Amino acid sequence: MNPDASTIAAGAPIEVDLSPVAEGQDIKVFWRGKPIYISHRTKKQIDEARAVPVASLPDPQTDEARVKAGHDQWLVVIGICTHLGCIPIAHEGNYDGFFCPCHGSQYDSSGRIRQGPAPANLPVPPYQFVSDTKIQIG
Amino acid sequence: MSGPSEFKPSNPALQWIERRLPIMGLVHSSFVVYPTPRNLNYWWTFGAILSFMLGMQILTGVILAMHYTPHADLAFKSVELLVRDVNYGWLLRNMHACGASMFFFAVYVHMLRGLYYGSYKEPREVLWILGVIIYLLMMATGFMGYVLPWGQMSFWGATVITNLFSAIPYVGESIVTLLWGGFSVGNPTLNRFFSLHYLLPFLIAGVVVLHVWALHVAGQNNPDGVEPKTEKDTVPFTPHATIKDGFGVACFMLLYAWFIFYMPNYLGDADNYIPANPGVTPPHIVPEWYYLPFYAILRSIPNKLAGVIGMFSAIIILCFLPWLDAAKTKSSKYRPLAKQFFWIFVAVCILLGYLGAQPPEGIYVIAGRVLTFCYFAYFLIVLPLLSRIETPRPVPNSISEAILAKGGKAAASIAVVLVAAGALFLGTLQDARAEEGGTKPPGNKWSFAGPFGHYDRGALQRGLKVYKEVCSSCHGLSYIAFRNLADAGGPSYSVAQAAAFASDYKIKDGPNDAGDMFERPGRVADYFPSPFPNEQAARAANGGAAPPDLSLITKARSYGRGFPMFLVDFFSQYQEQGPDYVAAVLQGFEEKVPEGVTIPEGSYYNKYFPGHAIKMPKPLSDGQVTYDDGSPATVAQYAKDVTTFLMWTAEPHMEARKRMGFQVFIFLIIFAGLMYFTKKKVWASSH
Repeated sequence: MNPDASTIAAGAPIEVDLSPVAEGQDIKVFWRGKPIYISHRTKKQIDEARAVPVASLPDPQTDEARVKAGHDQWLVVIGICTHLGCIPIAHEGNYDGFFCPCHGSQYDSSGRIRQGPAPANLPVPPYQFVSDTKIQIG
Repeated sequence: MSGPSEFKPSNPALQWIERRLPIMGLVHSSFVVYPTPRNLNYWWTFGAILSFMLGMQILTGVILAMHYTPHADLAFKSVELLVRDVNYGWLLRNMHACGASMFFFAVYVHMLRGLYYGSYKEPREVLWILGVIIYLLMMATGFMGYVLPWGQMSFWGATVITNLFSAIPYVGESIVTLLWGGFSVGNPTLNRFFSLHYLLPFLIAGVVVLHVWALHVAGQNNPDGVEPKTEKDTVPFTPHATIKDGFGVACFMLLYAWFIFYMPNYLGDADNYIPANPGVTPPHIVPEWYYLPFYAILRSIPNKLAGVIGMFSAIIILCFLPWLDAAKTKSSKYRPLAKQFFWIFVAVCILLGYLGAQPPEGIYVIAGRVLTFCYFAYFLIVLPLLSRIETPRPVPNSISEAILAKGGKAAASIAVVLVAAGALFLGTLQDARAEEGGTKPPGNKWSFAGPFGHYDRGALQRGLKVYKEVCSSCHGLSYIAFRNLADAGGPSYSVAQAAAFASDYKIKDGPNDAGDMFERPGRVADYFPSPFPNEQAARAANGGAAPPDLSLITKARSYGRGFPMFLVDFFSQYQEQGPDYVAAVLQGFEEKVPEGVTIPEGSYYNKYFPGHAIKMPKPLSDGQVTYDDGSPATVAQYAKDVTTFLMWTAEPHMEARKRMGFQVFIFLIIFAGLMYFTKKKVWASSH
């Protein structure tokens, strides 16, 4: 009952062009049936994410570890709440990040869990920068 | 099933069969001469009611499966077309969907009855555990069945519930992938759920056979909790129990029919009339009412794994009940303390159900934790403790003695009590739906409301005109075919008029022999063409918000009625939240934005729209559509007419449903009455 071959094949990597995404905006793309949020973060959002002491987080992880070096303004996360799989809403909640409408989990501008029942940060999908304005997810 | 039968058929042919397969003897000993305690009350009829419901669900389910398509792109549509086009499809669907709720309602009564009268105690432990297994199978079946219509709640319910398994350490993720058959809930998930939803009811039926077998070995418990000793304590199953169960089933069917014919969507969620969309989460994901207490337990535990364990142990703990409660006295009738704690426990379950439907914030979270503690405390602290400290009242020596002491208390009002209790129980668990910052729409007087409601033909025809001239430039009506305009219970056009109406439209067809697509005039069999080729085009043309298809809009929108209005609604049959909302939104546009509300660029202020910022500009203005029948050409009249029309598009067979409901009720009331007097006659000498 594991996924069949066509389902696996449809999950091949995709390329996303980042040039139309302005600062402060984010886009949602689908990969393997999952929504992926790509946020072009503002300076303020980056600073906020880096100012918080890592040890105080429920799932400690630095912002640097969640983005690609040299592309600090781009946050790429799988937009599925780690609690029970709802889709959080971007730019909502108290932490300038994501808010899950189902059970009230709140994530910060680095996609890290800050408040609510979710146990872990929003996962970062495997991706790399193909060029400065293009990423490949998968 | 209880030992060899002395049954001997008189017909030689039957004797020949009986010698080779003693099936008639089995039926005879299990359901005819089988001794049943004389003092059983009406709570014992729920066993028969449950068997009836299981049969009903399997029967309607098998027929529904003949018309259903288990594919992510087609499932929602196939359910809608089933309701619209299949003969009595609406009846089958309502019977099956409401039947699930009724099945769970009956099983909860059945379980609580067992709890109250100590039916799980020695020698009925295995019987009880088989019951818990049936209940677990029912929960799995009900959940997978709810996924099949592939609406928003189906999809997101499936996502949330399958994700529960990801909490299991190490193997969780692989289990979830196995359930999904992919990387997320999708078409493979729907396919396997359909297969399992078809399989599990037959497993349930198998375990029910074991359950009844165990019952007939141990014998039935009874309200006094003393085992039958002499023949005077029992009566033969037929005709006594048969006729009493028959009366119980008839009364239960009255409640069932109330939902099928008058309140089919009362227990459902409006969001499930929106097709599944993996990119949009509904603001409140709420499971069906029968899972709400467990959902509340899940949410009140802040740790994910602990929450999942808590939820499952809330059910598994029932298996250990025979050993947790060691009291010798079975029936709570003779246990003054246990009786009180039992009713507190019932209240805890109902309140947990209520909390399960509330958003997880503030006081609800704290109340949920307290009640979760109470739930487990009942099993782990109260029951073990009571069996040590409680002094039960003396139990009668025998059943016949208990009956003599009772002095014939009348149980005639049982039907009324059942209906009222049912309404309260189901009603309390019904959720208060999302109402974020929206003003409650004002009520209207609709021609289609109430048990004898019918569509105002003039309003339907005018509403169609408003749709065609105004709404149709942005909104589709894709489940309605032109032929429907001539259907009974609709706008009452003739077939020729419908054909003329259709020929005004250009329908894309093809490919022709040259391989090209072409346009031709519409025929009656065609469906209303949608204004945009796909959702993305609709989104792009309308500032990012796709105008929803209107076929189901009056059923896909709702608003919270709040406590206690939703209880009143059950009796008054009020179910026009959708039409009230649609009519209110059409009239709720205001030029002046009130202070404190900011409306983003490209949006408009609407008093009744949740959040107030709507992308649709004010669609209607006075005099915009010309009416030929002299009705006032005002926005209020337009809104009312088009809403009536859209109620018809959402529920084209409503008139047939309500008409049949009336006939069914007349029949059931007479039938139940006859059953009652027959039962009285049969039992005359036994009480």
